[in-house]
Amino acid sequence: MSMPVALVLEDEREIRQFVRLSLEAEGWAVCEAETVKQGLVEAATRRPDLVIADLGLPDGDGVDFIRALRNWSGVPVIVLSARTDERDKVSALDAGADDYITKPFGTAELLARTRANMRRVRDGRATPESLFRFGDVEVDLAARLVRRGGVELHLTPIEYRLLGVLIANAGRVLTHPYLLREVWGPGHAGRTHYLRVFMGNLRQKLEDDPAQPRHLVTETGVGYRLVVDAEQP
Amino acid sequence: MSDDQRPDPDALLAQIRDDEQRAGRGNLRIYFGSSAGVGKTYAMLVAARKLKAEGVDVLAGVVETHGRSETAALLEGLPVLPPAMIDYRGKRLAEFDLDGALARKPGLLLVDELAHSNVAGSRHAKRWQDVEELLAAGIDVYSTLNVQHLESLNDVVGGITGIVVHETLPDTFFDKADEVVLVDTPADELIERLAAGKVYLPAQAERAAKNFFRKGNLMALRELALRRTADRVENDVQAWRSDRAITQVWKTEGALLCCIGPHEGAEHVVRSAALLAQQLAVTWHAVYVETPRLQRLDGARREGILQTVKLARDLGASTAVVSAQSVAQALVEYARSHNLSKLVLGHGKAARWWLGRPLGLAVGALAPDIDRIEVGQSQRSRPPPVPREKGVDAGAGIGEQLRPYLWAAAVCAATTLLTHALVPYFDLANIVMVFLLAVVGTGVWFGRGPAVLAAFFNVAAFDFFFVPPRLSFAVSDVQYLLTFAVMLVVGLVVGQLTAGLRFQAQVATHRETRSRALFEAARDLSNVLTVEQALEVAQDVIAREFRAQVAIFAHDANDRLQLAPTDAAGLDLGTAQWALDHNQPAGLGTDTLAGSAWLYLPLKATMRSRGVLALRPAEPRYLLVPEQRQQLETFAALAAMALERVHYIDVAQGATVQMESERLRNSLLSALSHDLRTPLAVLVGLADTLMNSLPALTPPQQALAAAIGEKTLRMTDMVTNLLDMARIQSGEIRLRVEWQSLEEVIGAALKSSHGALGQRPLSVHIDPAVPLVECDAVLIERVLANLLENAGKYTPPACPIQVIVRPVDDAVRISVRDHGPGVPKGREEAIFDKFTRGTVESATPGVGLGLAICRAIVEAHRGRIWVEPTGPAGGATFNFTLPMGVPPPLDMADAGAMVEPGAAQR
Repeated sequence: MSMPVALVLEDEREIRQFVRLSLEAEGWAVCEAETVKQGLVEAATRRPDLVIADLGLPDGDGVDFIRALRNWSGVPVIVLSARTDERDKVSALDAGADDYITKPFGTAELLARTRANMRRVRDGRATPESLFRFGDVEVDLAARLVRRGGVELHLTPIEYRLLGVLIANAGRVLTHPYLLREVWGPGHAGRTHYLRVFMGNLRQKLEDDPAQPRHLVTETGVGYRLVVDAEQP
Repeated sequence: MSDDQRPDPDALLAQIRDDEQRAGRGNLRIYFGSSAGVGKTYAMLVAARKLKAEGVDVLAGVVETHGRSETAALLEGLPVLPPAMIDYRGKRLAEFDLDGALARKPGLLLVDELAHSNVAGSRHAKRWQDVEELLAAGIDVYSTLNVQHLESLNDVVGGITGIVVHETLPDTFFDKADEVVLVDTPADELIERLAAGKVYLPAQAERAAKNFFRKGNLMALRELALRRTADRVENDVQAWRSDRAITQVWKTEGALLCCIGPHEGAEHVVRSAALLAQQLAVTWHAVYVETPRLQRLDGARREGILQTVKLARDLGASTAVVSAQSVAQALVEYARSHNLSKLVLGHGKAARWWLGRPLGLAVGALAPDIDRIEVGQSQRSRPPPVPREKGVDAGAGIGEQLRPYLWAAAVCAATTLLTHALVPYFDLANIVMVFLLAVVGTGVWFGRGPAVLAAFFNVAAFDFFFVPPRLSFAVSDVQYLLTFAVMLVVGLVVGQLTAGLRFQAQVATHRETRSRALFEAARDLSNVLTVEQALEVAQDVIAREFRAQVAIFAHDANDRLQLAPTDAAGLDLGTAQWALDHNQPAGLGTDTLAGSAWLYLPLKATMRSRGVLALRPAEPRYLLVPEQRQQLETFAALAAMALERVHYIDVAQGATVQMESERLRNSLLSALSHDLRTPLAVLVGLADTLMNSLPALTPPQQALAAAIGEKTLRMTDMVTNLLDMARIQSGEIRLRVEWQSLEEVIGAALKSSHGALGQRPLSVHIDPAVPLVECDAVLIERVLANLLENAGKYTPPACPIQVIVRPVDDAVRISVRDHGPGVPKGREEAIFDKFTRGTVESATPGVGLGLAICRAIVEAHRGRIWVEPTGPAGGATFNFTLPMGVPPPLDMADAGAMVEPGAAQR
């Protein structure tokens, strides 16, 4: 198997440099791009297995890049973003990005995210298992049964549907609008309080300490993420 | 529910308007009696004392005891408002102190004698207007009134008793009173009381008053008072019924049209129409139709008519002056266009049979469907208003009126001379044509009367000078009789027609001038861009159109009225302010300060009044004409709209500038933020890469690289804090509020400050009663993270930290409690200031911005943040509150039925 290829789209040379160093240490072949246009050319010719893209680029918005890329490629995209721009993160995720990392970030965090996203892609290709596990929770997707520590739990239909959407996208950040659309259907976009209530209920049922969840994690201002391997940062 | 059960929408609307107007208004109770001496003041005082005993703040504004000891005894113990002293022609007269009462603002004010006329120089001419202002200010008022003072009954009472009362109260005001209490004493008892000296009689009027207090009079007055009260009670019942939709009572159609004639007795017709309209509970209109003949009336008569029109308006009518050839035609057109089905007109004794049918019949012929109500003549008609400047006016008038006739005679003479020269060359038949031409010409230039005169003169002249035998009125050939007849008829007809045409042309010109003036004013005002321009244009236009001195008061930057530059004198800012506050005209020709030479009109625009227009017309009579008044109000509205438009231009410009500067600030901050953070992000990454680089670094080198990374991260935090503070300071914080679960926000904060807390045991307690809270999750997480990081920074390792959330009153209180050294005493407030830290010298890093940011965020959420010791052993508890709202409900359909997914499968 040849080396996987990662495309790093970032206008700061030093950041590109250390991302490249970190990824190469993990066995990636890295190609770089500085502008949206260049990025799209690289993505089309090199067919990367992973894209890491900054949002603020000299000739345009990273979100535009993602939207253009998503027209023909399903490659995992991780966005680099500053801490205060939650709205940018949401629009990038809604445009098709899979994950985001907040600047400044360390090598460990970058590599962990990379691994998680690659694993998700790999798992997605394999035949879906009917049994899904995280922590001490076991979800039997075929029988629609949820067990925790071997004890069967009762979920309402909405709770189950919410959990189902999270499982189908395990590891990914799901934005509020996406979850509302998937669980309640279109026309519920503004009702984020539904999410808070039902996510609270799910945590009560599935988490050891609902105030410090390990699996049903809040990404403040952005959405939620189901963390399967709780050791992952 | 059938249709007629439903309350009529118009009536409901009127009711809502009424209720709205009444909200916040004081209540008015009138003690109503048939004559003096029935005990109104007594009854009022008894009621007032009772209320005072119940603790109501009662104040006697004016109470006339008339020396009656029983009444005076009742007044004892009630606080009395001292009267205002008003200087009038060197004398000092006592008058009810309106401003004193308004300033004192009692719960209930006693104001005797509602119909009283105030001393000249008071704010209002009438006491009831004072009461109106008191009610508007929210003060409850008790007052008294005799039946003969009611405007609509004034005539009737005068007719019965022979004594004319000049102090009157508009019926509309009486009907608007919230309560009317009838104080009734039988006639015999009243006469007994009079005989016993218990009724006050002024010495000088004793004889007249004795005449007044005859039994017949008293019985008639008593009946009037009882019936008027009964009418009112019926109205109340109707109002109550329509309110509760028992059945439809109010008629919205069938409104009245009152025709105001030029004759004496028109006032009587107006009063009758007002009474009728009130009894029928319908709206009414009053119209004066001005024909060419009426246009030639002298000034005093016209003013009298305009006063009658004003009386109608005061009695609640919509009024208009219509110019037309035919009175009947104009009335029918007006009635049709305003959907009026009943016409009230005077029984005209001056119906001139030779000019045609009486008005009533004429209207009947034109519109058989309109009901006509003819009002009989008043028994006691008021003398026609004495014409002022009689001598001058009449003399000038006659001279003015005679001139066209003299001209007509001159034309006839000239024609005769001219034709005389033509006789040798032309046939007599053709010469007649010249005479005819002269008649037509006279009609065209001088109107109907001179044309008639010219027709007669020309016939005579033609006969005398041209028809054989000449120089004699004898006629040899009978044929000429036909010539004479034709000439006369043609002269009359042409005169009539041309006069009519002239009048129509005049009316049309007048109308055109008015609409042109409006159009020009609108055009000029639509071009202005600044307040000064608008004021100048409006002043010029109105001054020109109304031949008046004009000044405009406009708001200045501090929202105070200020006079635009003008050379006008005698303006009063107080009156202008009054007009603005009450949104009513004041001064000349109005009910408020009518003695002023200026008329003050508030400039009403859509959103609010934009100022006050002051106008001093050269001819005050001019303003009495309803059309002129409407025209003036239209101009005022135009000016107000222009001012409002200019105001909003300013507002819009201000907003654009603000937006622009905000945008600039934001882009500056983002650029700064990007430029500061990027190198830091690079440093963190590079330090990390260094640590993991191959071949591996030696342990001391590794430690160095780790230190670089760690310090850079701290540096990033500080930069973030500084930038956030700059953002907060540069303008208000933009909150993106959503209904948030605090559990979730706390969870996120704990996760992000995980590193700062280290091994300290952490517990979270959230009261299950805490609902979703409306807040900006990102910012509140920031507050929590700052507080937690502080706790981590200032407490020894392994020191437990608690987060507690519980509802307190109408807020949610979030506490972060530690058991460290606590905040130094006396610094509890100061630590929330910028660049302030608990301990002045400390090895702990930080610049003291964290808590300042927390405070800014919490205060933007309308919350409070403070610190207190955790317990006697020390420790610090940081608390902040967020207001508790009512979260939107969950739709049960969306919430999903509570069915177990597993169970559903089975």
